[in-house]
Amino acid sequence: MKFNLQELQKRDWVLIAVIICVTALALFLHEYIGGKGAGCATVKVKGEIEGVYSLAKDQSIEINGGTNVLKIRNGSADMTEADCPDKLCVNQKAISKNGESIICLPNKVVVTIESSEDSVFDAVAQ
Amino acid sequence: MKGRIAYFGVFTALALIFSYVETLIPISFGTPGVKLGLANLIIVIALYRLKLKEAYLLSVTRVLLSGFLFGNYFSIAYSIAGGIVSLSVMALLKKWGGFSVAGISIAGGVSHNIGQLFVAMLVVETYQVTYYLPVLLMAGLLTGALIGIVSGETLKRLPDFKF
Repeated sequence: MKFNLQELQKRDWVLIAVIICVTALALFLHEYIGGKGAGCATVKVKGEIEGVYSLAKDQSIEINGGTNVLKIRNGSADMTEADCPDKLCVNQKAISKNGESIICLPNKVVVTIESSEDSVFDAVAQ
Repeated sequence: MKGRIAYFGVFTALALIFSYVETLIPISFGTPGVKLGLANLIIVIALYRLKLKEAYLLSVTRVLLSGFLFGNYFSIAYSIAGGIVSLSVMALLKKWGGFSVAGISIAGGVSHNIGQLFVAMLVVETYQVTYYLPVLLMAGLLTGALIGIVSGETLKRLPDFKF
């Protein structure tokens, strides 16, 4: 059984091209919207929210008046500096997924990742 | 008339067997809803060799039977939507003309997946499922082309089959 491409009609090729274009468009739109809808990092000090930062924007945040520094890069958050003795939070890997957290116990700093979708449900649940 | 009913029975049985063979293929494509669509082979051939009404009946019968046998109620809902959208698009394009069997089948595969995605959106009540759209489109294109090539060759070898 042999199939040669010449059996495909002109309209077949147009159809294939349209499908590929729509796929590329959908991918592009998803990337674009996905970037805006990326999660955010909630920073809490002594149980009180100090700030909420989008993961979509690369930034460096000083927490608790400079005791800790949180860096957001490529959609994930990483604690890069801390003045505590053990540096457990600094050694922890960068976090990006919903529900992940970095905790610095000595300074009572908690960084949690939340996607904007889930936080709506949390508000309802609370 | 008797012959027609017998042929319809054979078509239904074939479609059902292909649905069964499909469940035996252990390949998972990682995305729900992506599968080869072997039964579509029979639907495409039916589209060319049976009346459109009969092709619709065949499609719905196939989905209901295979759904009760191998699937569940959710898979029936998804498949009915996919099957009807797919057959309608294929019939329209065939009527429009200028497409080869492979082209018709590609359109069928892609629209099948789009139909399923719409039902998924209604069921889950979220638009997040559009995340699957690019995957489903490409999957429909590839499986549709494959099925279309095979049905085209089959149709060529069954030339006097028209009734």
